[in-house]
Amino acid sequence: MTNATQKSHYWTGFRMGVPFLLVVMPFGLLFGVVATEAGLTTLQTLAFSSVVFAGAAQFAALQLMVDNAPTLIVVATALAVNLRMAMYSASLAVWIGDAPFWTRAFVAYVNVDQSYAVSINEFEDTPDLTVPQRVAFFLGAVSPIAPMWVVATALGIWLGEGIPEWMALDFAVPICFLAIIAPMMRTLAHMVAAVASIVFALVLAGLPYNLGLLGAAVLAMMIGAQVELWLTRKAAP
Amino acid sequence: MTDAYIWTIIAILGIGTYLIRFSFLGLIAGRDLPEWMLRHLRYTAVAVLPGLVAPLVLWPSATEGEVDPARLCAALVTFGVGIVTRNVVAAILCGGVTLYVMIWALGGA
Repeated sequence: MTNATQKSHYWTGFRMGVPFLLVVMPFGLLFGVVATEAGLTTLQTLAFSSVVFAGAAQFAALQLMVDNAPTLIVVATALAVNLRMAMYSASLAVWIGDAPFWTRAFVAYVNVDQSYAVSINEFEDTPDLTVPQRVAFFLGAVSPIAPMWVVATALGIWLGEGIPEWMALDFAVPICFLAIIAPMMRTLAHMVAAVASIVFALVLAGLPYNLGLLGAAVLAMMIGAQVELWLTRKAAP
Repeated sequence: MTDAYIWTIIAILGIGTYLIRFSFLGLIAGRDLPEWMLRHLRYTAVAVLPGLVAPLVLWPSATEGEVDPARLCAALVTFGVGIVTRNVVAAILCGGVTLYVMIWALGGA
């Protein structure tokens, strides 16, 4: 009985995860193409996608690696991109914190933007789900996208050089990023943080060791948090 | 890029990313996270990604760092459509079409 309902929650999650393939496939494909062009071997590119398993951070790291940035800077910047996942981890812990250790350890590995977003919505909409049902839903939601991320990367490696120059593939990365950033502009604080990030990144672009982006990110994060505080205080009677 | 450089980055990034994802789920209960920390974490993505994209948009390597009207327009359209529709796929498609139409119209590359 429990097994049957768990299965049905898995498939509900699966169905809700499928549409994200439209984003994950082109993004993964592009990573395969760009990484190969940057000089990574097939094995390195596939390892990158399956070990790190975080699109935005992978592109950020690759961009800096092409510029020959020091290892420490590459890692720090890419991890900064991934810091948002600490927040995902914290909010998932509220819902599935009582699941067994190894279950949580696996959920953490596949905790990506899409699976997080769709699961939190479901958990909040149906608060009477049991912990195993929530885990089943989460794993269902991530099932269509997780393997396809690596498959898409492999496809990109294979296509690689075959993509003609007129397709201006150089600009596919900025376009993908912009499309991901735009829906994040939820509040005034998010917008101010984004503008601060752009301004500081451009102003600090000349700093050695590609430190500019990291510095801009720290400043923009603090500014976003301050604007939020200021807005809440203003809204309070 | 040496092999050691690439593998070191993949390894550290893989472990670091996993630890970030596992953090609260694995070790501490998410309920007890201090508010000031959550407040900063909320802005990490919008603090890093726009700064990463800005130079790529303004000084694209394909034009050797010269501002390119086609790429600039495509970027603005992508972002605008993304904000209005909140639809990632629609934003990518509109931005892509803008880029190709502009490149074709301007006869550049």
